Amino acid sequence: MKELRVLAPTAILGYGFPIQSFEEGLRRDPHLIAVDAGSSDPGPFYLGAGVSFTDRSAVKRDLELLLTAARERKIPLIIGSAGGSGGEPHLEWNVDIIEEIAKEKKLSFKMAVIHGEISPELVQDKLADGKVKPLPPLEELTCEELEKTERIVGQMGIEPFIRALEMGAEVIVAGRAYDPAVFAAPAVLQGFDRGLALHMGKILECACIASTPGSGSDCMMGFLREDCFLVEPLNSARRCTPMSVAAHTLYEKSNPYLLPSPGGALDLSETQYLAASSRAVKVTGSKFIPDPNYTIKLEGVKKIGYRTISIAGVRDPVMIQQIDEIIDSVREKVAENFAVQNLTYFLDFKVYGKNGVMAGLEPVVETNSHELGIIIEAVAPCQATADTICSFARSTMLHWGYEGRLSTAGNLAFPYSPSDFQAGPVYVFNVYHLLEVSDPCELFPMELCQVGEVGA
Amino acid sequence: MKLRDAADVIRSKNSGPYELTFDIIFKDSALFRKVVDSGVINRELFAKLYNLPLENVTAVICFSPANAIKATIVRPIPSGALGERDVYGAQQHVPLLDVEIPL
Repeated sequence: MKELRVLAPTAILGYGFPIQSFEEGLRRDPHLIAVDAGSSDPGPFYLGAGVSFTDRSAVKRDLELLLTAARERKIPLIIGSAGGSGGEPHLEWNVDIIEEIAKEKKLSFKMAVIHGEISPELVQDKLADGKVKPLPPLEELTCEELEKTERIVGQMGIEPFIRALEMGAEVIVAGRAYDPAVFAAPAVLQGFDRGLALHMGKILECACIASTPGSGSDCMMGFLREDCFLVEPLNSARRCTPMSVAAHTLYEKSNPYLLPSPGGALDLSETQYLAASSRAVKVTGSKFIPDPNYTIKLEGVKKIGYRTISIAGVRDPVMIQQIDEIIDSVREKVAENFAVQNLTYFLDFKVYGKNGVMAGLEPVVETNSHELGIIIEAVAPCQATADTICSFARSTMLHWGYEGRLSTAGNLAFPYSPSDFQAGPVYVFNVYHLLEVSDPCELFPMELCQVGEVGA
Repeated sequence: MKLRDAADVIRSKNSGPYELTFDIIFKDSALFRKVVDSGVINRELFAKLYNLPLENVTAVICFSPANAIKATIVRPIPSGALGERDVYGAQQHVPLLDVEIPL
């Protein structure tokens, strides 16, 4: 029976995994170890600032185990969306960790580095050719918006990985990639069905999130066959059930029957989920529907200013009753004070214990909290102005004389000195568009290099 | 019966930076069918709970393999944009908990 065994150690490189689970996976003799390192979930900052949302030491810990095991067994290790966001600085950061481990552990291998950052100029040319389309609810991209963009990445499909494998890469580290691609590419190269390979990849990219109890930091094994695939968690405390695996199809997607992917869509309308044992699930019927127009999803961000925040608590019941009016008054005072300087800024008060999480959508109108947590937030075109606005709003609120005030020495309890914190540059997403390509590899240049000494 | 008593899972999460998606996974297929047949979980409900125009409720889909109803809305504020309060969108499910299901 033709079978491809894939070991998925963790949902995000750096989220960790138990060594016992990983060894259990190695005992199943995997043909491949693959891991997705990224997500756009942590928000626009990481893509814009060029830093990873995962910690370097945690990523190094995971990679040390994965690289060593992959090289001992002479099986490929594939990493997608390096450094979290998969831009150029993120990729360099991840490559640096790999090279450091290789040196320390005296490992040697052929490594493919596939780039995922797309230059705004290239997107501009494609835009002029009518090859860029918005994903709802965004509108058409404009040249003006592109000029403001700090960084753009494109989610590569399986093809750049296939090309790297064909060129003999033993370790592949790639920029932004469609999450399932790192698992599906070797399978498609070996002639397995693309729909089943992508669906298995979609489950494996979240490792044990599809098991019960679920976890983003434990190992899952995938067994891809000609007409089905099986998934099995590698920790005996977890199991996959038809329900847990089917439910995972819902996760982070808009439509569970039709999942768009680079070059086509994954059609799960006839997919069946069957118990293969008490802990493993067999999946059949998933199909890939190719699209004649191959599109790449772009993600881009622009910088809109700098942020400073202050964190404080309020315990006084008289103040809590009037918190909305007090905040309005503080806002007015700030505006009035700096009107002469004509400062541009955004000032917000997040009141936890009242509506900090849901703001205007909060269904609870009457709050009975005995204390409130307040974040005073200022965003301005430069850090100094953000500091000014935050500081002034904080000192004004601290000493505001509201109706019926008994506690005339101060209104806010600051947990820290300093009370204010610079949160640095603020980015927002401004590109979330599809770019049509004629060659799935054209946006993603690759270098093949030798790490360590040949034959070492 | 309240939705929280009929479901094992009620969750919200980003589906990309511009959409929020909600999953309601029912305790069993009988409850799932009853709720679907009641017609209470529809686009109008999400428009009301999340104070949105109807066209911003992208879809409400029944997914029988998981005994689930899935709904997707346009985020009131994109993930990480100014004034936004839930970058991952993981705590926006609460208005669903107390929706009354006529069973």
